[in-house]
Amino acid sequence: MWLKDSSVGRKFVMAISGTALVLFLLFHGCMNLALVFSEEAYNTICRLLGANWYAVLGSMLIALLVLVHFCYGIYLTILNRRARGNDRYAVSGKKEGVTWESENMLVLGLVVFFFLVLHLYNFWFKMQFAELTGIHTGAFDPQDGAAYVNALFTTPVCGQIYCVLYLIWFCVLWLHLNHGVGSAMTSMGLNNETWQPRVKVISTVVATLVILPFTIVVLYYFGMGIGALL
Amino acid sequence: MDGYINIKVRVWRQAGPKAQGHFETYELKNIFQGASFLEMIDILNEQLIAEHKAPIAFDHDCREGICGMCSMYVNGHPHGPDSAITTCQLHMRKFHDGETITVEPWRSRAFPVIKDLMVDRLAYDKIMQAGGFVSVNTGGVPDANAIPIPKPKADEAMDAASCIGCGACAAACKNGSAMLFVAAKVSQLALLPQGKIEAKQRAKNMLAKMDELGFGNCTNTGACAAECPKQVSLAHIARLNREFLAAKFSD
Repeated sequence: MWLKDSSVGRKFVMAISGTALVLFLLFHGCMNLALVFSEEAYNTICRLLGANWYAVLGSMLIALLVLVHFCYGIYLTILNRRARGNDRYAVSGKKEGVTWESENMLVLGLVVFFFLVLHLYNFWFKMQFAELTGIHTGAFDPQDGAAYVNALFTTPVCGQIYCVLYLIWFCVLWLHLNHGVGSAMTSMGLNNETWQPRVKVISTVVATLVILPFTIVVLYYFGMGIGALL
Repeated sequence: MDGYINIKVRVWRQAGPKAQGHFETYELKNIFQGASFLEMIDILNEQLIAEHKAPIAFDHDCREGICGMCSMYVNGHPHGPDSAITTCQLHMRKFHDGETITVEPWRSRAFPVIKDLMVDRLAYDKIMQAGGFVSVNTGGVPDANAIPIPKPKADEAMDAASCIGCGACAAACKNGSAMLFVAAKVSQLALLPQGKIEAKQRAKNMLAKMDELGFGNCTNTGACAAECPKQVSLAHIARLNREFLAAKFSD
């Protein structure tokens, strides 16, 4: 199977799964943005998705994408380290135009994944999982998403720590996407001499657009939490 | 103005492919800065021979930047710290008095060390044999203008064809990938009408050979293009991906 056995095939799988995850994040971010305007509107969205068949199917698809992207990332890194060989360069100079994030995609990806597990525990476990199984894993109604967001981000001290943790997560994700989006485009063959600088800009813009709604929501709740403290 | 400098050269010495390699440091006095880097190595070898020691083995041929034989990873860069040149075009004026210069061979699983700074780059020849050509019927020489080619395409094909196959791309790549080389060799033909007939087979065969020989997977960091002595563009890699994917999807 060329998607597993050929290097361009493997890159293509990374690119497709990564792009699908970016599209999901854009969708997720837009939904979250509702929190800033009306918590009721957000809860309506929560009810609309909840444990309905299409939401469950979507979640499973996203989980599959994450799994594929994760496994391929590890597999590619192992292959690449083997290709590099056991002898490392004693002196390694800075290569012009090579970004730090492009050389550390695995580490950035692993940090993103670690935070993702924390995030799933914070919300998914107490919402969709609770609704599906009927087990009460959280303090509130599984469909009252706004209450969970409120509790996590505005509870004094602990909430503020969570805000900072989530902001760090977004920064790491931005770095990952700043290289990832452009790299995915190149891997799919969507690049040429004229578009090279443009693809770099597109990459940065998409990375910023992805984290922007999430950051706004967290900063909004951080402000609320601090306001309540004062 | 070019003067004379005293330097230390820290060189990778390895007796053979299976032997354990190590660094050795040599002192050189009064090296003229107008000398080329390889002339400096020649002087060092003269000195070693006079001391009844084995000279350093290194690849070189034309010494004018077109054959692609010279390699050497100098101070952390393939072909040394200057840009867009091969090691043979590097001059000692790029170094200062008292400097310790570290010289290593290409390090990549697909380029095993033969001796000291010499590596086996047959892998690139094998990739070329897998599809880096066009088949033509012999006979009379066709008219040069019989097949019109747009100037921008001809230029880009020529830029790709400037690749000398030295191996700096795979040596610089943190993944040990030969993508820039394969991309240049596929592009120089894919851009021209003469290359269209075998385009699908070429992309598939050359890439399969690259994977088979143990080169890594490209992650688009751009280190290859940054270190390429012929400044082959990263854009060719996107074309190779496109050619390969198009060939696979049409199967």
